[in-house]
Amino acid sequence: MSSVQTPPILSIQGVSKTYEGGFQALHTVDLDIKKGEIFALLGPNGAGKTTLISLICGLARLSEGTITVDGHDVVKDYRAARAKIGLVPQELTTDAFETVHNTVSFSRGLFGKPKDPAVVERVLKSLTLWEKRDSQLRQLSGGMKRRVLIAKALAHEPDILFLDEPTAGVDVSLRREMWAVVGDLRKTGVTVILTTHYIEEAEMMADRIGVIAGGKLILVEDKAELMQKLGHKELTLVLQEPLTTIPPALSEFDLALSEDGQSLTYSYDTRAERTGIGSLMRLLAENGVRFKDIATKQSTLEEIFVGLVEETR
Amino acid sequence: MNIHAVAAIYKFEMARAWRTVMQSVISPVISTSLYFIVFGAAIGSRIQEVDGIAYGAFIVPGLIMLQLLTQSISNAAFGIYFPRFAGTIYEVLSAPVSAFEVVLGYVGAAATKSIILGLIILGTAMAFIDLPIAHPILMLVFLVLTAVTFALFGFIIGIWADGFEKLQLVPLLVVTPLAFLGGSFYSIDMLPPFWRDVSLANPVVYLISGFRWAFFESSDVSIVVSLTMTLVFMGLALAFISWIFKTGWRMKP
Ligand SMILES: Nc1ncnc2c1ncn2[C@@H]1O[C@H](COP(=O)(O)OP(=O)(O)O)[C@@H](O)[C@H]1O
Ligand SMILES: [Mg+2]
Repeated sequence: MSSVQTPPILSIQGVSKTYEGGFQALHTVDLDIKKGEIFALLGPNGAGKTTLISLICGLARLSEGTITVDGHDVVKDYRAARAKIGLVPQELTTDAFETVHNTVSFSRGLFGKPKDPAVVERVLKSLTLWEKRDSQLRQLSGGMKRRVLIAKALAHEPDILFLDEPTAGVDVSLRREMWAVVGDLRKTGVTVILTTHYIEEAEMMADRIGVIAGGKLILVEDKAELMQKLGHKELTLVLQEPLTTIPPALSEFDLALSEDGQSLTYSYDTRAERTGIGSLMRLLAENGVRFKDIATKQSTLEEIFVGLVEETR
Repeated sequence: MNIHAVAAIYKFEMARAWRTVMQSVISPVISTSLYFIVFGAAIGSRIQEVDGIAYGAFIVPGLIMLQLLTQSISNAAFGIYFPRFAGTIYEVLSAPVSAFEVVLGYVGAAATKSIILGLIILGTAMAFIDLPIAHPILMLVFLVLTAVTFALFGFIIGIWADGFEKLQLVPLLVVTPLAFLGGSFYSIDMLPPFWRDVSLANPVVYLISGFRWAFFESSDVSIVVSLTMTLVFMGLALAFISWIFKTGWRMKP
């Protein structure tokens, strides 16, 4: 059973990038992005996130592979492809002396759309920038500047929005604010692809997550499935009578006894063919270990992520 | 053709000039007036006519060209260098625009500014002296061709430069000497034969000479040669720029 197949809004096939110095930043990346989803590209610094976005948006040259945006090749049919994309770069680069309103109108024109004060007004209001429309960019705070960059990227009403590290180096309240902005974007139906090295951010915002490390896309999963499927789980048994040692018959299991002897914790991998829970239960009963309570704990995305990145090292 | 994009870049660049109007208009006007006072009035009164033209009038085309060249180059060079330096170039590179449209926006604005400046200087000169213009249309054609050609060179410099020093070095070390030695203040026919021939390798000679012809109908080299050479330089600059965009040189890693 599968949902109705709609063609991907963005399709990346066999994409590699080798920079001039010979450094290969991306190794044959394949990825399809669905229309309307919020996708997080999660990876440590230097993983190749910005490189991938640069290739899609035309800021760097492809070494190998093809990228299409809504069916348009980003190299051969760059006009149609780029018209559908809005990009918010990692660095806060703005023209210091421009006003908010002018810089957003400029972006709309640059992307080939006729002047439309109503659209500019709507975009500015949606990002709570309307009051600041006549301020020069140099007068704005960092968080405000980031929102101006988002407004610029949305000014031509793109189908896809790239947010490259929208919360890198900002404080907690600004991060929350950014999450709220992305939440609002979801309602407008625009497809959002964001990069981050904060796991909690991917967890908060994304529908799907791609983990990238060392220029390789290691996996792509629905967030919920990722958490479930890849999870390292812990099963904790609260014992009726404390134990002093783990019975030798249970040595084949990855068990840990708490210091007070009151609880046993069993660690297992949900990816494994057999979790071993059934046989553990049987052996416990046979050895007369009885318990009064039971709890399981799913590992966080953070733990999954660190585990994956270490595997590829 | 993405007309909206060309218009957006052009408007942005013109607005930038307006913010720095002191630097873009007033300072060249002042420095030209100074040349005019020193070379035209003070020294010129002791110099005989050149080719039957009063010296004060003779130097006007050269003075305009001198400013036109340096301003076209520095306007266009700065216009494209600054977004590269500040990082805002990302937006232009990611926009649905062709190389031609980008150049049209930046170079068009830079050329417009220096043409306006050239006309202001011309107006200033006419306030000081009696200046005939034999072929006004041709004069304007030269003004426009020169402004565009050198704005194209400036654009190349702005892409090549990786620091502010280089940005200023080329106009200072290459263009100003070429303009001075290109006959701004004298006719190259006044030079000994050897240096006259050397001068013919200087592209600026053709610009100044052609421009001067439009005023006085007398020139160092034939007007046809002047026009041809100007178009050749323009073609070279255009070819180099299209190579830049094709290879992503200094713009796309
Ligand atoms: N212009 C460039 N030339 C050479 N190497 C580069 C260039 N840009 C990025 N890199 C290298 O490519 C790798 C990936 O960089 P990047 O895509 O910026 O990573 P991320 O955005 O995930 O932090 C890094 O090792 C970086 O040093
Ligand atoms: Mg990055």
